[in-house]
Amino acid sequence: MAGVSSFGKYTHAIVRQVPSSFGGAAGEGDSPSESVDLAKAHRQYGVYVGILRQKLGLQVIELPADEDLPCSALVGDVAVIQGDTGLLTRPWAPARRNEISSIKKVLEELKLRVVEVTDEGATLDGSDVLFTGREFFVGISKWTNHRGAEMVADTFRDFAVSTVPVSGDSHLRSFCSMAGPDTVIIGSSDVAKKAMKTMEQLTDHHYDTLTVPDDPAANCVYVRLGLKGSVLLHRGAEEYPGSLLPFQKLPDYTLIPAACTEVAKFGGTLGSCSLLVNKKLDL
Amino acid sequence: MTTEIGSETEVKKESEQLEANTAQEGTEEATESQIQPDLDNPVSEKVQSSPSSQAPVSQSSPTSHKKEKEPSEGKGISRFIPPWLKKQKSYTVAGPKDEAKKREQTSTGEECATEVGEHPLPEAAAESKGNLEEATQNQQEVKADDQEEKHSVSSAETQPAKEDSKDIEVEKVSEEKEEKEEKGEEGEKRETKEVQTTDLKMEKVSQKTPKKIKTLPCKVMLLDGTEYSYDLEKRAKGQVLFDKVCEQLNLLEKDYFGLVLQENSEQKSWLDPAKEIKRQIRNLPWLFTFNVKFYPPDPSQLTEDITRYFLCLQLRQDIASGHLPCSFVTHSLLGSYTLQAELGDYDPEEHNNDYISEFQFAPNQTKEMEEKVVELHKTHRGLTPAQADSQFLENAKRLSMYGVDLHHAKDSEGVDIMLGVCANGLLIYKDRLRINRFAWPKILKISYKRSNFYIKVRPTEQEQFESTIGFKLPNHRAAKRLWKVCVEHHTFYRLVSPEQPLKATFLTLGSKFRYSGRTQAQTRQASSLIDRPAPYFERTSSKRISRSLDGAPVGITKSDQSLLKDFAVTVGPAGDKIYDSEIGGHGKLKDGDGRDEDGSLTKTPQLELTQDGKSSHETLNVVEEKKQAEVGIEETIVTEEINRGKIQADADAGQTRKMGRLSKKDSSSLSSDSSSSESEDEDVGEYQPHHRVTEDTIKEEQEENEDVKGKEENAAKGVQCVETVQGSQVEVTVEHSQVSAEVLVPEKAVPTKISGEKNLMKEAQQNLREEKDEEQLKINGDVSHVDIDVAPQIICCSEPPVVKTEMVTISDATKRTEISTKEVPIVQTETKTITYESPQFDGSAGGDAGVLLSAQTITSESVSTTTTTHITKTVKGGVSETRIEKRIVITGDADIDHDQALAQAIKEAKEQHPDMSVTRVVVHKETELAEEDE
Repeated sequence: MAGVSSFGKYTHAIVRQVPSSFGGAAGEGDSPSESVDLAKAHRQYGVYVGILRQKLGLQVIELPADEDLPCSALVGDVAVIQGDTGLLTRPWAPARRNEISSIKKVLEELKLRVVEVTDEGATLDGSDVLFTGREFFVGISKWTNHRGAEMVADTFRDFAVSTVPVSGDSHLRSFCSMAGPDTVIIGSSDVAKKAMKTMEQLTDHHYDTLTVPDDPAANCVYVRLGLKGSVLLHRGAEEYPGSLLPFQKLPDYTLIPAACTEVAKFGGTLGSCSLLVNKKLDL
Repeated sequence: MTTEIGSETEVKKESEQLEANTAQEGTEEATESQIQPDLDNPVSEKVQSSPSSQAPVSQSSPTSHKKEKEPSEGKGISRFIPPWLKKQKSYTVAGPKDEAKKREQTSTGEECATEVGEHPLPEAAAESKGNLEEATQNQQEVKADDQEEKHSVSSAETQPAKEDSKDIEVEKVSEEKEEKEEKGEEGEKRETKEVQTTDLKMEKVSQKTPKKIKTLPCKVMLLDGTEYSYDLEKRAKGQVLFDKVCEQLNLLEKDYFGLVLQENSEQKSWLDPAKEIKRQIRNLPWLFTFNVKFYPPDPSQLTEDITRYFLCLQLRQDIASGHLPCSFVTHSLLGSYTLQAELGDYDPEEHNNDYISEFQFAPNQTKEMEEKVVELHKTHRGLTPAQADSQFLENAKRLSMYGVDLHHAKDSEGVDIMLGVCANGLLIYKDRLRINRFAWPKILKISYKRSNFYIKVRPTEQEQFESTIGFKLPNHRAAKRLWKVCVEHHTFYRLVSPEQPLKATFLTLGSKFRYSGRTQAQTRQASSLIDRPAPYFERTSSKRISRSLDGAPVGITKSDQSLLKDFAVTVGPAGDKIYDSEIGGHGKLKDGDGRDEDGSLTKTPQLELTQDGKSSHETLNVVEEKKQAEVGIEETIVTEEINRGKIQADADAGQTRKMGRLSKKDSSSLSSDSSSSESEDEDVGEYQPHHRVTEDTIKEEQEENEDVKGKEENAAKGVQCVETVQGSQVEVTVEHSQVSAEVLVPEKAVPTKISGEKNLMKEAQQNLREEKDEEQLKINGDVSHVDIDVAPQIICCSEPPVVKTEMVTISDATKRTEISTKEVPIVQTETKTITYESPQFDGSAGGDAGVLLSAQTITSESVSTTTTTHITKTVKGGVSETRIEKRIVITGDADIDHDQALAQAIKEAKEQHPDMSVTRVVVHKETELAEEDE
């Protein structure tokens, strides 16, 4: 059980370049009010990958863009990885299911135990799955249904898998993420508050919560470097000025701002732009 | 010290009520003093019984039988004979001077007996209600015209008798008696239709003439796949068998384990240690499996490796059978630790490719997994078997389904779900997904009714009212089983000491079942005192635990057949014997233990009152529920009115906190019990978890916000109560904390303490208690308008008091829901307390200002002494200091040689702790003045 002790430790990151078709097709359903600045998207992607590689020291596996798959840069939606196991999801949008094959190949190359959702009735988006280091929460949302959540439970049997109803167009991780093994960052919207309440009710564990004023700012990437170096990748102050302060309260954290304004227009988050893998599992 | 004060007083009491005659009393005393070494229980037990009108009494006695047995104190079987039985015996010896008297004795005794058993026939449930109604009516009448003695008789009648119909004998009872028993028997029918009226008398007779002891063979499947067989007394209680098994296994930390009835393969049914086995298992032969019942959340806190070993065996079964789901990696990892523990270091020569496939690590074991296991096994080089087991457990305990007991159910919309009971609460699953969770602190009440199971949940911040959530279980048995498991888990993991089982309150139809074993807190304390060299034990290979996929008992293979054969031969009708009393002995011990502990834990008034405050806060809810419950039971219409009256009283009382609290106490001690007795068929059962916590548990649980909040709230209330009720007690408390050894030699322990758990606060608390009693008495009067002849008088604890005490229980009240406003038996007692205290200790205690790390209390009992050990850990200037305070209470009557007893006790204590110093000796004398009973 590579559980709590290795939470936040990674060796590899899987990312995928943003295709030019991104923004052209409304892959995620909700029509963006503003058009995508493709150049900006590429720029932000470049910065993001640079942080993973240089600041976090991860071995980055970069997949080439596929123009047929406009949303394919959001790799976090198509797989859930914990320990030595990778679960390939079954995204709600049928068009996105074609993204899976290339990710599957990578996971197999990394010698993960790969599990695929075979249930035709199941839908599961990786962005609806929150792993806290101790347990899973799966948002039952527009994107993910109960049978999809069951797949998570079937795959990661060591852990409790609890379901959290999420209303509206959000994914569970649209408004929350982990800032460490015991800390949940949560947005301030009603949906976020309600989900947090549900999670608190369902868990045997006590999590500290770090509330940020803006929901999107609540999705961060937590990485642990070495023994105690905690790094938090978060949305920059220029995007969400009010959300910086709460992060600064985290003791001994290295805060790294990163922007993802363009992919965010299609539901993307910092977390969904990469898949993090730990190949050095301390069993 | 052999004098048995308990029975003595008891006898006295009873005889008082019956116009006692001294000769008889003397005889009994003599008899008992030899027979019955363990002492305090009987006292409280008896005491318990007598005050609130004989009848209800008995409910409590079976529980008090559950006391922990102290292995060291073995002095023959006689010590296990429960007091009621002895009592009867001695009465018999004394000769029937008074028919009525005798009758009462017996009926009380029978009552005790009845409660102990479970009534295994569910079919009779419907019928029982009718009978019950009758019975209760009957009781009412009796109550109305004669409150004292007859009352007890009548209620005894309503207690279903437990005797087997086989055991019919000639009745030697008067007409009148017989008639009454007829009535009683109607109640009886509910448990088994076959039971005959004569059975009741039979018991009496049989006690006069002990029969040869019949035994039945009984087989227990152990965790290592071997099986053991015992010949058990036909009427043996579960505890007897369980103790034997544990003895066989050399297992001391046995509270985590239990025996599973083999009847029901798809769901575990636990053998209730407090009840006769034959009441719980329908089919012969008697087959059980020894299993882990309460999975320790942190196995590393177990004291002995042998305990961990058995836990490992259980988990290996759970995992191999698929009951404990694991991922591939975890299967492999756990498997590799199993290999390390059983085979030692990996040896490439010895461990060829096939060695591994003889083991089963997972329900669906693949070659790939086996390879992984071997790979990991190689990495464990150097781990001892015990270390490998520990590693195994460290990983297994993190599994999300570790220690979760699953039950099939449907939710209110008919959707299939699973209810999982675990250390932290109740989990709701739908297809492996956790969809809801109710932590124990959130649950106000657990109940079942027919096949429905209900939990009442504390309101959240937004909600104003608590909500009740219902689940549908496959059948009534399943509902009750789930309910029991919940009660047990809650008690084991959350409480400091077990609750007293419910006395059946007037008209209560529900199950009185309560967990009677030790709680986790208690067992941890107990095992921290285990002082023996690590026992040698052989790790049998799990190869033999082979590939059973369904988790059914495994490894029986060769013996299985013969086992069944054996049984076929030996099964036969069994005669009477007194043997089952042995378990009574155990039970009693255990129970007293619990109560004692409770008592000592509540040493500080704050703590105790905290609870009380809390319960009072819940009073109204309780009442409300009560009404609801009544509505559901058509048969009780007649008596409902009375009930309402009581409720009214209770509700009134609840208007102020103080009153609420007191009336609560009142209700718990005085509620008149009636006919209902526990049976497998009970349609309803209620359990209100209340959350008592020790100091160390408080610490432990501080992570849980809500918990802490709740406690603070309670604490605040508690303090208030202190102010209102007993401002003068602080002194006493302080004194207490300084005591390191205290010997109390009361003369004539007059039953001032009655049923409650708090009773065991013992003589050291006498002053305090008496004051409380007084207080209660007064308020009692106010609330219930009872005519009390004795004017209450408040005693200042610094003066040698002469107390006229009403027998009122100071008991934790949440569990009782009604108060009886009548029949307050009153006993006046004269009490003298002399305290000798060594002064220098004050200073040292005073200087002890450190940070309290933990405080534990453990109680053990033997003969006529009760030893309460307080272990406090403090940190002072960076140095942690463990301090053990022992309080030894010697109870005895006038005949006792106090000095000798005292010397003996001190000597014993000195032997254990050579550095101990005696700081206080209290001689507490109580003499009965008169009896005030209308």
